[in-house]
Amino acid sequence: MPRRNTTLLDKRSLDRTLRRMADEVLELNGGTDHLIIVGIQRRGVQLAERLAAIIKGTEGVDVPRGALDITLYRDDLQTVGPRPVVGPTHLPWELDGKCVVIVDDVLYTGRTVRAALDELADFGRPARIALAVLVDRGGRELPIHADIVGRRSDVPKPQRVDVLLEEVDGRDAVVITAEDDA
Amino acid sequence: MNAPPSVAPLGKDLLGLASLSGDQIRLILDTAEPFKEISERAIKKVPTLRGMTVVNLFFEPSTRTRISFEFAEKRLSADTVNVASSGSSVSKGETLVDTARNLEAMRIDMVVVRHEASGAARFLAERIESNVINAGDGTHEHPTQGLLDILTLRDRLGDLRGRRICICGDVLHSRVARSNIFGLKTLGADVAVCGPRSLLPNAIDELGVTVFQRIEAAIEWADALNVLRLQLERMNAGFIPSLREYNRVFGVTSRRLAAAPRDVLILHPGPMNRGVEIDSDVADGEHSVILNQVTNGVAIRMAVLYLLAGGRPELAGAARRGGEA
Repeated sequence: MPRRNTTLLDKRSLDRTLRRMADEVLELNGGTDHLIIVGIQRRGVQLAERLAAIIKGTEGVDVPRGALDITLYRDDLQTVGPRPVVGPTHLPWELDGKCVVIVDDVLYTGRTVRAALDELADFGRPARIALAVLVDRGGRELPIHADIVGRRSDVPKPQRVDVLLEEVDGRDAVVITAEDDA
Repeated sequence: MNAPPSVAPLGKDLLGLASLSGDQIRLILDTAEPFKEISERAIKKVPTLRGMTVVNLFFEPSTRTRISFEFAEKRLSADTVNVASSGSSVSKGETLVDTARNLEAMRIDMVVVRHEASGAARFLAERIESNVINAGDGTHEHPTQGLLDILTLRDRLGDLRGRRICICGDVLHSRVARSNIFGLKTLGADVAVCGPRSLLPNAIDELGVTVFQRIEAAIEWADALNVLRLQLERMNAGFIPSLREYNRVFGVTSRRLAAAPRDVLILHPGPMNRGVEIDSDVADGEHSVILNQVTNGVAIRMAVLYLLAGGRPELAGAARRGGEA
């Protein structure tokens, strides 16, 4: 397979997409009351921070954030082995009665979200859980859908969608990579 | 949280710290960090080891270690069975391997074993397919205790390179001392031992540790003391003149610690003989991290169970190819 990288979002379109997603979060919840934004380790956490920063700018409210590492809730420990190292889960908020928006970078099979739902249920009973993803690449293996999608693009299996973020990777971009690059 | 993928898998078993690399030890310590938080949750349980069966096979009495392993197993949702030597067919003369093979015939996945014979864990690991975790074998090693001691030290001291740790007391009979020495030295710490000559192994120098004959000198030197239990059941063989004299000469007392040039962390693997190797006001004092050790013990054991449970080398390739989603 030829090595070809396609840029799905560059820095400017990523910023614009996040601003729209932040608006959609506010619209979905009807404001910032009872809202908690929870990022999935690891790039979901940075995306959640950015959405919260945008909301702070527009609404002037510091929305509570949390971080979720779903490694211990995966269903594939036996088949793919442990993923070193398990990241921290940080959910210091009472979830009962709240609107929790899960944020992740890429929605693919849906198994990560399934695990995140299980983990959240161990922390409390939110009034509503919504899902916001930067990229929905199709390929679902479970009946799961996102409420807020930054960019929808069907990317077939051998290819990878890499979300690069300034905080982790040194630059902002969403790139589609051929698998044999890995 | 991105560990270098070059860290060699732990393999099937955890038998001791002598054979582990620094990267492997750090992997276990780093993996234990997020597990600490699980024990602070309202629901102290994650589904990670659902469907796995772990047998705790204890041929020697143990409270802390057995309960700590059992908490770790249950908080990872494994099914657990406890087998103690009394009240089982072990007391009827069944051998270690026969006991384990019979358990294996009932489809178990892991065995946590404590045995009075040094090398028992390895002997078992070579003969059964289940993962084996050594929970103390004779005077050989007690790797999870060593790891939890090291984690507790790292929590307080940070990087252990160049840090001075002195292991005090009955080093001769102590598997805890050996696991500590191997692990701490691998991580670059300076390790010393202090105790009566009769309670130090003859070839102690070969372990590459400093030997202190006087507890005052050890306290002056050390950043932390790991005070071992004087194994009273072994003390009728003339190792020391009397418990009172031991306390007078080697006891870790607040008066002695007050003379130290810096704050000295105090560790003890338990169970403590208060007033013998350690005084009560030291055990309960502000520099004691003895209960932190117990808390960390559960996290370390969860980390070891987790890493061994998924450590199937033949599937490691699938992990690299596996789709993140």
